[in-house]
Amino acid sequence: MMEFSRWKIWMVIAATIFGILYSLPNFLPQDVRTTLARYYLPSQTLNLGLDLQGGSYLLLEVDTDALAREKTANLTEDVRSTLRQKSINFSGLAATSEAVNVRITDTAQFEAALTELQKLPQPLPKNPAVRDINVVRGDNQTISLRFTPDGRRADSASAVDTSIEIVRRRVDSLGTKEPTILRQGANRIVVQAPGESDPEQLKRVIGQTAKLTFQMVDETISPSEVQAGRVPPGSELLPSENPGEPYLVVKKRVLVSGDNLTNASVGTDQYTRPAIDFRFDGQGARKFGDATAQNIGKRFAIILDGKIVSAPTIQSAITGGSGQITGTFSTQEASELVNVLKGGALPAPLKVEEQKTVGAELGADAVAKGQFSTMIAFIFVVVFMILAYGFIFGGIAVAALVANLVMLIAAMSVTQATLTLPGIAGLILTLAVAVDANVLIYERMREEIKARSLIGALDAGFSRAVETILDANITTLGAALIMFAFGAGPVRGFAWTLTIGVFTSVFTAVFITQVLLVWWYRSAKPKTLPI
Amino acid sequence: MAWPLIKLLPAKTNFRFVAFSKFAAILSVVLVIGSIASVLIPFEGPCGGLNCGVDFKGGTVLDMNRGGQPIDLGALRDTLNDAEGLHDVQVQGDGGKNVEAMIRFETPEGGNPAQKVDEIKTHLSGKFEGAQFTRTEVVGPKVSGELLTGGVMALFFAILLMMVYIWFRFEWQFGVGAALGLLHDVILTFGLFALFNLEFTLTAVAAILTIIGYSMNDTVVVCDRLRENLRKYKKMPLADVIDLSLNETLSRTIMTGITAVGALVGLAVLGGEALFGFSIALIFGIIVGTYSSIYVAAPVILIWGVNRSDADAEIVDMGGFKGKR
Repeated sequence: MMEFSRWKIWMVIAATIFGILYSLPNFLPQDVRTTLARYYLPSQTLNLGLDLQGGSYLLLEVDTDALAREKTANLTEDVRSTLRQKSINFSGLAATSEAVNVRITDTAQFEAALTELQKLPQPLPKNPAVRDINVVRGDNQTISLRFTPDGRRADSASAVDTSIEIVRRRVDSLGTKEPTILRQGANRIVVQAPGESDPEQLKRVIGQTAKLTFQMVDETISPSEVQAGRVPPGSELLPSENPGEPYLVVKKRVLVSGDNLTNASVGTDQYTRPAIDFRFDGQGARKFGDATAQNIGKRFAIILDGKIVSAPTIQSAITGGSGQITGTFSTQEASELVNVLKGGALPAPLKVEEQKTVGAELGADAVAKGQFSTMIAFIFVVVFMILAYGFIFGGIAVAALVANLVMLIAAMSVTQATLTLPGIAGLILTLAVAVDANVLIYERMREEIKARSLIGALDAGFSRAVETILDANITTLGAALIMFAFGAGPVRGFAWTLTIGVFTSVFTAVFITQVLLVWWYRSAKPKTLPI
Repeated sequence: MAWPLIKLLPAKTNFRFVAFSKFAAILSVVLVIGSIASVLIPFEGPCGGLNCGVDFKGGTVLDMNRGGQPIDLGALRDTLNDAEGLHDVQVQGDGGKNVEAMIRFETPEGGNPAQKVDEIKTHLSGKFEGAQFTRTEVVGPKVSGELLTGGVMALFFAILLMMVYIWFRFEWQFGVGAALGLLHDVILTFGLFALFNLEFTLTAVAAILTIIGYSMNDTVVVCDRLRENLRKYKKMPLADVIDLSLNETLSRTIMTGITAVGALVGLAVLGGEALFGFSIALIFGIIVGTYSSIYVAAPVILIWGVNRSDADAEIVDMGGFKGKR
């Protein structure tokens, strides 16, 4: 111990300077930090977790079941329209969870039907050799179109990817500060928005599927038939956005969808109520123009997420490619809807599976309590060490502890690791356990002095204790790693604090204590061990 | 002034730890059985006798205030009980003027859980003027199940990893002793949570994992010394070597224990409600962990014995830390 090279001293000095330099920004006001950043000096502060600075955490799940249901419904409609176009007679068109089945009535038309339906499956974008649907010949002139497992997987994977992209656009449109949007597992998305953002608005904006479609109102059905529940297979009964208004029967065929929108903005209708102005792209404008030209005098429905927003009558062909959606929107609703429509529709509904929201005030309170508790813990440890080991050895332990705390804060600031409320507890425990290294060294020296000279005792005490210190800290590191692997959110923050703490405390205990002890020995030239 | 001012123990102690190990073993077994019973009974749901938080049980917690105005808890409870589809409603005041209230209920089933909670918040804001919600936690049933599995897995792997490490560094008897000591600490801490009805959350799992780390730390210190003394005193009976090693490390054990507990007491008292259970568990775990490294790990080694023949006495040595001897 007593013989050590110069590089150890330099390393201790370098680490201490690093620690002071990088932990300092935490104690400086914002404007000073901005100045520092301008001169490329360290200016990053601790990254506080949502439980400390306030904010919202949302765990969203992409509803892949709903996606599968929608795909089945679409396929059923495709089969119907394909067979009708070719004037093939069929019966028993029905969907199960895995397949769509249809029976061809006329034996002569069976082969033709099979050929036509064979055209429906699409190759998978990432694996063109595999198709999303298998067309299988069944008994008694039936044909089944089965979804392949690969196809289903590809669908959900792309739905999750698209959802993340759209959620990001929507969160950005709200102007949320520093949001984090991450994928978790197969079909989940984590959204974290720190600070004073409104969690209700966030959820409303993220959670809306925003599937906008324009469909014709089916006016061939009398209200009494609707009452009896007799809706023809190609039509469906949909509720209105306003709870008071009656349900309407609309044709399932979509004239134009929100996919064809190029722009949307908040406008006003003739009564100066908020409305949404929109513009179609070329294809959408053509489709909409054709449909309106053919159906003058009839009504069409504007449907958002399965609810009818309005159902105006077509006065003349609308060929310009732009239009207006009127309804009973508030200004805020209209502007939120515009943002959502511009970001695009979600491929499947999102469910909020978990939400944690902490008010900024509650977070600030937690920070204050955490700081205070850390200070109390620190003072306790300092007083106890000095009482137990005196000003020299106790003082060295305290110096190592201060260096440890400074380096810990610096390392947390540099890595931008998240400090959570349990993380503060981890910090306090790290302080206590860091002192353990000094205790081990001193206690060992006390023992060794019984059988050895002073210098021998210092040397043996130190080197034997270091072995134990390393062993003990490796186990703590193991526990931290496991927390990292299995834990979620705040537990991970705690594990990270603990991990950094292990490294800094081993460093400070071993190197700083050693350097200081040698320095004391050389300058004071003591005859006895003062503990 | 003569230093040190406080000296907790004389320089040399001669406690006969091993002599009391039978009594300690009975005490440990009773405590472990008692803890397991209090955790398991009643045999209901995923948590049994533990007071599981929303993390593991699923559920919703709201903190409500009205900007300093008192809240009529009775009316709040009635409003929530009248609301459709809410089960297991609990309302808790702050113990004083009730300017703050904590509301808990089962997360409404089906569809979009968080959406329904929003409706309830809107409903409450309508009934209670100026109601603000400073904290909202909604955990759906799917997520809570996964968190519970993750928590249990974490504990299991932590103990396993520690055992393997000790096995590798020392001898297998040490590994078994250390693992039993850890199990003892973990089970008793679970018992503490069940007995005092402390809320068992993800943070509690972190606390238990930390206790595992600390207890291991303690056990390693004792084992290290034991190994060293086994080499040094080849003729001394095993029981005496264990006593000697425990006595030699005792002052360190107590010094570190007091430092850790002292630092955490501040956190328990001043850290607020969120960290109270966490710090209590840590303090308890440190005390139990210290006890277990003396009275669980060491006696297990005594029961199994260690190979002390000359040929095998050189214990597995990773070498890296101290070089060849």
